[in-house]
Amino acid sequence: MSAAASADTPGTALPAARLDWTPVALVLAIALAALPFVGSLPTWVTLTVAGLAMGMMIFMMASGLTLVFGLMDVMNFAHGIFISVGAYGAATVLTRMSAQMQANSLASDLSAMVPAVLAAIALAGLLGWFFERVLIRPVYGDHLKQILVTMGGLIVFEQLIHVVWGPDIIPLPRPGTITGAFIIGEAAIERYRMLAVIVGLIVFAAMWLLLNRTRIGLLVRAGVENPEMVESLGYRIRRLFIGVFVAGSGLAGLGGAMWAMYQEQVNAQMGMQVLVVIFIVVIIGGLGSVGGCFIGALLVGLIANYTGYLAPKLALGSNILLMVAVLLWRPRGLYPIGKA
Amino acid sequence: MLHTLLSGDYPRSRALSAVLLVVLVGLALAPFIFPGTRSLNVAAKVAVFVLLVASYDLLLGYTGVVSFAHTMFFGIGGYGVGIAMAKLGPGWGALALGIGACLALSLAIALAIGLLSLRVRAIFFAMITLAVASFFQILASQLSAVTGGEDGLTFRLPEALRPGTVLASPFGIEINGRLLSYYIVFFSVLALFLALLRVVNSPFGRVLLSIRENEFRSEAIGYRIVTYRTVANCLAALGATAAGILYAIWLRYTGPDTTLSFNIMIDILLMVVIGGMGTLYGAVLGATIFVLAQNYLRDLMKAASGALDGLPLLPALLHPDRWLLWLGVLFIVCVYYFPTGIVGKLRARRA
Repeated sequence: MSAAASADTPGTALPAARLDWTPVALVLAIALAALPFVGSLPTWVTLTVAGLAMGMMIFMMASGLTLVFGLMDVMNFAHGIFISVGAYGAATVLTRMSAQMQANSLASDLSAMVPAVLAAIALAGLLGWFFERVLIRPVYGDHLKQILVTMGGLIVFEQLIHVVWGPDIIPLPRPGTITGAFIIGEAAIERYRMLAVIVGLIVFAAMWLLLNRTRIGLLVRAGVENPEMVESLGYRIRRLFIGVFVAGSGLAGLGGAMWAMYQEQVNAQMGMQVLVVIFIVVIIGGLGSVGGCFIGALLVGLIANYTGYLAPKLALGSNILLMVAVLLWRPRGLYPIGKA
Repeated sequence: MLHTLLSGDYPRSRALSAVLLVVLVGLALAPFIFPGTRSLNVAAKVAVFVLLVASYDLLLGYTGVVSFAHTMFFGIGGYGVGIAMAKLGPGWGALALGIGACLALSLAIALAIGLLSLRVRAIFFAMITLAVASFFQILASQLSAVTGGEDGLTFRLPEALRPGTVLASPFGIEINGRLLSYYIVFFSVLALFLALLRVVNSPFGRVLLSIRENEFRSEAIGYRIVTYRTVANCLAALGATAAGILYAIWLRYTGPDTTLSFNIMIDILLMVVIGGMGTLYGAVLGATIFVLAQNYLRDLMKAASGALDGLPLLPALLHPDRWLLWLGVLFIVCVYYFPTGIVGKLRARRA
């Protein structure tokens, strides 16, 4: 993400940091290398789109975590709760609006899905605000306590989800117009996966613009590099902390809602189940790096889908093998961030 | 004698000594005081978890390192015994081989994880151990030919340890295989607990404490912190493996839900923190309270929930399945206000 830092600074102040293209090339190389193994082009297209869709959803869920870590040096082990809560929020709205979803027109489906997604973001963001205020604020700077307190928050809120929404798995039917697949040539592409790719790209683009082209983004990036300096220049870094935390939680809620619609069901453990993958993505990308998180998520999504097709037994462990390989190559992740 | 046994680390509080003594006597005489199957199972589980939690405290409380791989080592112990018994047949030789093999495997994995990831920050270690542990969980469920997959392994132990075997019956008390396995569990846990007490009160343990308190300074004094942390990680892993071995011997079963599940990792964290981090006696208290709560708090909550029937929300909060909610709240309160847990509270009262 440091690449564009030079864009809005005077030419002499800082030498332009060049974007490291190797990891990006790696994603393309892996996608191309998988082609001969998969054998048929249509299958490869289907798998690649599925991998990209999975990667985008993981990115939405993981980006908040990595940004919060980069800015506040807080690793939130309860991040999975925001994902679950987002999913439950979306499920609540969607089950209320089942009438709109029967209509089988895109406009009416959207009129159910947009409020559902907004509810997911709002609910997760609200919970994030509560988390930052009540749980994490007293333990800034103490990693051990942070891990313990966020684990405690995870336990309590997972149980509270059971209290509020009941212990059973909630089935979540997808709206009619985004189920099914369309055919390009011979390749079948699921509509929902296409939607996930588009939403993921929009989120990434919006984040990139916000971080690199606005004053708030500048402050956030400066805060990642050196929080004391930002504070001493007169900016209230606490407010920035809360803003980033709430935004990150909201993104996790969005990712959770998307993931729940992809899985077509909601349960309280879903956040925890994805959390391991999210951690792997954050580690692969380099702790605190949003760009690395994006590339890492795509890598994980693609490789999970290719191995799932080529060697199903290996698929579940492919994330770990990928992480080990990346860490052997770059011990601090694909895009290491300044602070070590 | 007592001084040597406890390595000079006394409970330092009258109330704490009394509680510990009650737990010790209760566990030692459990087959005679609580003869029922359920209560004996609870007693054996308490004993196993005391060892498991005490070895985790060596990492969390004494070294200040958070690991999520402790259940993995617990599982390696369980599966070591399980696979050896199920594949090689119920003999003492196979049991010894299984125990030796899983201890060696745990040591190798702990060493590898430690050397690779303990150099960097605590958070990184926590995340890596979480990933490795989940990988191991996947491995256990995928290699179903060896591990029995999700169903786990039910196996037969050597003749003398089977419940049906009556070894002797002096004074009308029947000494059967069940009783023998209980006392194997009990005395192994006691011996290993005292050994851990020896470790944390040795010069080595003092260095661990100094690393926890100030990593930078300890390194400046000349201690290689990576070495110390790695050795602590290996010792904790061996302790967890031993606990897994004992639990498998007691249950005559090994499966993902009894050893590897992430829920057990959360249970261990709760026990350590509620009992008291940085003191092994906390492990005894934490494990006892938690296992008792797990088995008996539900009954209590059922009664409370029934009594409050009709009120909004409260019955749902007190539903018997929500017992973990209240322990979770207690956990958070402990982290904020009583970092040394119940033991710290009891000790502070005296001072």
